[in-house]
Amino acid sequence: MERDDLHLDEAYSRAANHDEAHGVAIRKKIWMVTAILTAITILEVGLGIMIKQGTDLWPVVKWSFILLTGVKAAYIVLVFMHLGDEKKSFKYVILVPYILFILYLIFICVQESSYINEMFEYFNKM
Amino acid sequence: MAAHAEQVDNKTLWGGNGSPFRISYGKQMMWIFLVSDALTFGGLLTGYGYARHTHDAWPIGEQVFRSLPFTNGDFPLIYVALMTFILIVSSVTMVLAVEAGHRMDKKGVTKWLLLTVVGGAFFVGSQAWEWSHFIHGSHDGAVMISETETARIVHHGEEYKLQSYQTGKVLAEGDAALAQIREAKEEGRVMQGANLTENEYGHTHYANFFFFITGFHGFHVFSGVIINLIILLQVVRGAYDKRGHFEMVEKVGLYWHFVDLVWVFVFTFFYLV
Repeated sequence: MERDDLHLDEAYSRAANHDEAHGVAIRKKIWMVTAILTAITILEVGLGIMIKQGTDLWPVVKWSFILLTGVKAAYIVLVFMHLGDEKKSFKYVILVPYILFILYLIFICVQESSYINEMFEYFNKM
Repeated sequence: MAAHAEQVDNKTLWGGNGSPFRISYGKQMMWIFLVSDALTFGGLLTGYGYARHTHDAWPIGEQVFRSLPFTNGDFPLIYVALMTFILIVSSVTMVLAVEAGHRMDKKGVTKWLLLTVVGGAFFVGSQAWEWSHFIHGSHDGAVMISETETARIVHHGEEYKLQSYQTGKVLAEGDAALAQIREAKEEGRVMQGANLTENEYGHTHYANFFFFITGFHGFHVFSGVIINLIILLQVVRGAYDKRGHFEMVEKVGLYWHFVDLVWVFVFTFFYLV
């Protein structure tokens, strides 16, 4: 028996195809984003080599690493994974719950581990 | 791409027989699976962050990962940086494979997908080497100075040094270092490598999380390589020319990009900060 519910799916899949002219523009965008990701990574490696853990500037470097990693993640998800080309409602379905949840998870992990850290210190001093 | 989507009225869009998101069932489900897998890794990484912040002293990645295969020298974080670079490059080749698929260019897809498989295989092999080196330990092992401090034994010729894994500072040099090392050997406080109960780099949590997180990730890369190989075979057999679209390549491409994305985060939070 042939499935009769996937005709639109096939149409959606084929709608994604493009011709060579579009291909040139898209490939250019891919290489641009690759260059941006490489530049960010070189910056991170350079900062990491110059400013070591334990020095005064380290917290600045650490947070810039985390920020830059977020920027890289955004480029990979929106351009390489083509989520930026999907319909806005679908983009939100994927990104909004996940980001909200992860932000909460990070908050609760930092909160609770700080508390446990203080307890370790306190009981070790006793 | 859905960039040139025609404006369809809501009744048709939501009338059934297809996703109102204008996306095929398979692609949508791959995205939902990736969200679930991202939650898994999010949980693992936050668990790591939690365990790490319950301790003040923690090994520095730059001090632990210093070796390069086939060499005896000192190259802090170089091999991991190379692995990261290769994985990102394999992600780029994957995007190019998907783009070739969108032009029904079978030869292009074959070329770029093959390069992606090679990059992925390199990464898995490298990670396996990293594991074996982590377990084997540094050249001379390390001294467990206290519950919170371990120092790597560094020696060039006859010059000995003790360098802390937790701060990177040189704790002792020359004769003072030799004396500490001898004393530690007598008291059984010299350790090399990692086993199921302790490791030379620091707290047991460090090795536990290293193996768990990179192991889970490496397993995903490995399965990704296998899946990419299978789809590559399908491409070569002409299965997608018949279908009229190379969307399967795009779907496994999504999985591959996810694997790369997770590594970017693991690399940042485990090796860098």
